[in-house]
Amino acid sequence: MTEVTAASGTHAWRGIAAEEIDELPKGLSLLLRRRSRALLADLLRPHRSTVAMIAASIVIFNLAVLAGPWLVGIAVDKVPALISTKDPVPIIIVVVEFVVAALLAATANSWFVSAIGTMGGQVVLDLRQRLFMHFQRLPVSFHEKYTSGRVISRQVSDVDSIAGLFDEGLDSLVSAVFSMIFIGSGMLLLDWPLALAILVGFVPLAWLSAWFRRESAATYRRTRDTIALVIVHFVETFNGIRAVQSFRREPRNEEIFGRLNADYGRATKRSMRLIALFFPGVTLVGNLAMGVVLLYGGFRVMDHQMPVGVLVTFMLYLTRFFEPLQDVSQFYSTFQSAAAGLEKISGVLDEPPSVAEPASPVALPSRRPAAGRELRMTGVTFGYRDAVVLPDFNLVIPAGQKVALVGATGAGKTTIARLLARFYDPDEGRVLLDGVDLRDLSDADLRGEIVLITQENFLFSATIAENIALGKPGATRAEATEAARAVGADEFITALPDGYDTQAGKRGGRLSAGQRQLISFARAFISAPSVLLLDEATSLLDLPSERTVQQALQTVLAGRTAVIIAHRLSTVRIADRVLVLDHGQLAEDGSPQTLLQAGGEYADLHNRWLTSLA
Amino acid sequence: MDAGELTSIRRGPQGSQTPLQALWRLREYLRPYYGQLALMLITALIGSGTEIAIPLLAKTAIDGPVRAAAAIRTGHVHGAGLLIVIGVAALLIGAADVACNIIRRWVQATAVVALEQSMRDDIYRHLQELEPGFHDAWQSGQLLSRATTDLSAIRRFSGFGIVFLITSVVSFVFIIALLVRLNPLLGMLTAAVFAPVTVLCLRFERRYRVLSRREQDQQDDLATNVEEAAAGIGVLKSLGRRREAAAAHAGLARIVYATSVGKARLRGRFWAGLDLVPNVAIALILLLGAFAVSGGELTTGGLVAYVALVLLLVWPIEALGYILSLGQEAATAAQRVYEILDTPPGIVSPEVQAEGQDQGGRPAQAPLAVPLPRSAPGRATAKLILDHVSFRYPGAAAPVLRDVCLELAEGETVALAGATGSGKTTLLSLIVRLADPAAGTIWLDGTDIRSLPLPVLRSTVACAFEDPTLFSASVRENVTLGRPDATEAEISAALVAAQAEFSDDLPWGLDTRIGEQGMSLSGGQRQRIALARAILARPALLLLDDPLSALDVHTEAKVTQALGQVFASATALVVAHRPSTVALADRVAVLDDGEIIATGTHRDLLRSSPRYRYLMSTEADSGARR
Repeated sequence: MTEVTAASGTHAWRGIAAEEIDELPKGLSLLLRRRSRALLADLLRPHRSTVAMIAASIVIFNLAVLAGPWLVGIAVDKVPALISTKDPVPIIIVVVEFVVAALLAATANSWFVSAIGTMGGQVVLDLRQRLFMHFQRLPVSFHEKYTSGRVISRQVSDVDSIAGLFDEGLDSLVSAVFSMIFIGSGMLLLDWPLALAILVGFVPLAWLSAWFRRESAATYRRTRDTIALVIVHFVETFNGIRAVQSFRREPRNEEIFGRLNADYGRATKRSMRLIALFFPGVTLVGNLAMGVVLLYGGFRVMDHQMPVGVLVTFMLYLTRFFEPLQDVSQFYSTFQSAAAGLEKISGVLDEPPSVAEPASPVALPSRRPAAGRELRMTGVTFGYRDAVVLPDFNLVIPAGQKVALVGATGAGKTTIARLLARFYDPDEGRVLLDGVDLRDLSDADLRGEIVLITQENFLFSATIAENIALGKPGATRAEATEAARAVGADEFITALPDGYDTQAGKRGGRLSAGQRQLISFARAFISAPSVLLLDEATSLLDLPSERTVQQALQTVLAGRTAVIIAHRLSTVRIADRVLVLDHGQLAEDGSPQTLLQAGGEYADLHNRWLTSLA
Repeated sequence: MDAGELTSIRRGPQGSQTPLQALWRLREYLRPYYGQLALMLITALIGSGTEIAIPLLAKTAIDGPVRAAAAIRTGHVHGAGLLIVIGVAALLIGAADVACNIIRRWVQATAVVALEQSMRDDIYRHLQELEPGFHDAWQSGQLLSRATTDLSAIRRFSGFGIVFLITSVVSFVFIIALLVRLNPLLGMLTAAVFAPVTVLCLRFERRYRVLSRREQDQQDDLATNVEEAAAGIGVLKSLGRRREAAAAHAGLARIVYATSVGKARLRGRFWAGLDLVPNVAIALILLLGAFAVSGGELTTGGLVAYVALVLLLVWPIEALGYILSLGQEAATAAQRVYEILDTPPGIVSPEVQAEGQDQGGRPAQAPLAVPLPRSAPGRATAKLILDHVSFRYPGAAAPVLRDVCLELAEGETVALAGATGSGKTTLLSLIVRLADPAAGTIWLDGTDIRSLPLPVLRSTVACAFEDPTLFSASVRENVTLGRPDATEAEISAALVAAQAEFSDDLPWGLDTRIGEQGMSLSGGQRQRIALARAILARPALLLLDDPLSALDVHTEAKVTQALGQVFASATALVVAHRPSTVALADRVAVLDDGEIIATGTHRDLLRSSPRYRYLMSTEADSGARR
């Protein structure tokens, strides 16, 4: 699924990248594959009776629509009788029938259009919830390879393309197909020789539609790709306007944008011209058919093989016989992207949640107050793809101990933190919390006991109080304030314009990195875990912020087991014990003082760090 | 930019024109396509005419040869010739209709696409000239929707809309006139039944559009929720908040659902109504028409033509409602687009300022009227003086910078130290004129920077910000941002100086795409690319905003060493958070709450300034000396 886009031709500036192409099904026959079909069937199952009623009302609608011109024809044929007998009753009956048919058609139409919309809405709602929940359940390892951009586009653009299917005319599509079948049959019943002469029109139409579908699928893709580039360039320019202006990038940007914009213009023009040929093409067939009706139908009336009324009926039928084909063909791209969206979504929903909750969770032994819990890794082996990161790793961290993990990039520090938080499961061996395998703990227990804080201190767009309360749903304002005070965040929060009710802004952008990190500490503090894991949690802070966080850590870590990873050794100094990791193995293990005196790797790091403070 | 700075919004002259005025102003973009518009209009009118001709031909056929033959009840020889003429005429007219249709659509495609494209180019060009303060106040999504959605609305109206606004009115009037001529009573009746439908259509389109916009907003909220849940998946997982997150998501999804159901219901009612009205008219016509025929006031063919013509009325009526709402949408869109195009750039080169920026026209590429004194191209160093500079963000209560005075001698390296929010980043952006000071003057080699053409200023000064902006383009394109003509040798020298040689090991070397849409780099790698960019620009004055914050200890040491060499050949102002960076500077200035409270060497300041000690000391110092 990996495709290389070359830096060829006019877009050399874009460079080359291996792009994750979400596999697109090719051609209509492949569109609805087995798993898409299964998903669709599953989604529609609760709506079986609605589907049946929609089908029934569409049939009723089309019969009623069919009846209209038929009755007009009959009325026209009754006129001579009216002239001779002056009896108005037969014609009144026909007109009444016509009105009844029209009312029936309107009622059925109104009902099924809104029924399809409602059902579509429910299906989409169901799909959104399933997808969201599934993404939440999928393990961290999945999210690492499946970028957040793709998670978002599955849930936004792919679902929207399916919603668009229901929104933008599934009703008219279904109705169009039915109406062609019904009107075709009606014409055959009325006068089959004339009907056959008209139905011949489908031969060029079939060819024309096939051509249009093929061409428009390609054009549609081209339009989508070119507008995507325009949008990316536009957004990046103005998000990075400081860099653009300070490096005098404007002329070059204008040139690039001009080219992208022209590409998009060409693609749009091409798609408009396709329609400029296709729509009139359909009209041409309809117009020629009308000529045939007048000519051939006229002769048949003259020969007394057909009444005038039938000729009228045919003329009226023709006005709505071929035109729906325009909708149907235009609908093709909507349908195609919905089918592609469904295919990609079903692929995600098929992904098994590998780090799953146990069927019958084991309860933890009760926790001694203010003591933390014991962590134990026995014979743990773990690797990504081919590379083994941890070979047969053993470690015991007694309850309440604060351990610092030190080592070069790639030594396996983060992997250990993630195994301890059960973001991954070990390939072999076990990770135990107070003697219970993490895999046997319920999700609620596990997340209540162990919290991992990284430098990605994500804040949701909600108030600060709500962001803190995320650590403990239903927490009161007092509890949130207390937590903030405990980690030393209270001071800056109360200084904000709206205090605890200040909106954290888009992705917490209004706060500095240090302030965001303090809030994430408060969030961890309020959830009161027995084990706290810090992975480079203070790396991005400036010195004053780092000091604040360090003071906060004294409070936060009290009475808990802790594992701290940091390349700035200032954070490491609160540890009781230092582990130096080298290629997934313990190189040194002891108290900071012991290791300093021993003069190994840790002592080295420590000295280098001291000089950097110069 | 530092946190929490911008609250007020700088907007264009909003409300200075009505949507209709804005729509009328679009003439300037339409003017080149007047010829095409005329051609589109003519072909559309001919097309409508051919549609009307068909029922009239049918009338002639039925009233003439067909009825005659049917009445005589003998062979069909009589009148066959006329029928053939009519049939062939119908075929030709049908073909003419199609030809007109193709010509109109073809011309339309060329004209409206070109129109949209030139407007989008103008918007982009203008936005690039607007200063960062403007962009801070606008979310990029708002700007994007003006350059995409709004332009599409304008495109739809200016091609299809304008033509059919005229055509459908003409068709409607013409058909009604024809109906009245065929039978005055029935004609009036039909007009009475149909006229209100236009209003109905317009009201439907309006309500539907309101619902669609509401749904769009709700979908945006939902999308934001989804984005946050995706970006914050680590936090949600770590805290085990899956169910709470799902509940919040479900709440938003249900709101979208309710609106979409509302839309479907409205659609259902409207389509049914639109179908019902012509049928009611036809029923009336059938009834009254049949009696008219029996009374000799109308022919059978006339009745048939009548019914067919009534059906032809549906389209112009429906189209008129649609087009009017399209026009409304286009007018609002035009207003929104002009809101941007009318915003004058706040920071411009001196010549343009003199010519008057109020015209909203785009300034020509300024000739280098005021050459930088003593500053030959490629000149190594420059002298910078900040002279009582103050700055306040619009709407902010307190100024960010107060009476800042600072002097950098040629070739000197000065470090700027200060806590988060003390105004360091703002100070740097004033020097490249990303914003202008409220008071005071910045002198570069003795010239007020406001009297320098922007390209000259910005090629003399280069700036690397703390949050490095990488574009979705090749490494080469990203590095040569400030010097598109740099040679390969210069590029690799800059990459070496910034310790960014890792770029050679990327899958396609310097051609590898980075940024959002490409290879993802670590924070440290991104910073080093941005640093290489600033070095390659070979500025006389280099501004670096904490260039090492995201580097690990090992790389930091190497970059620091390399920077030492760079600073040797340029004047530099460096924001520094760590002692190791400060060590590179000849002098340190301490910025506290918008004021420079001390300057001196690192060693002196550690001794004399408690604030500096607070900023630069770690507990580790005391720990090590304990």
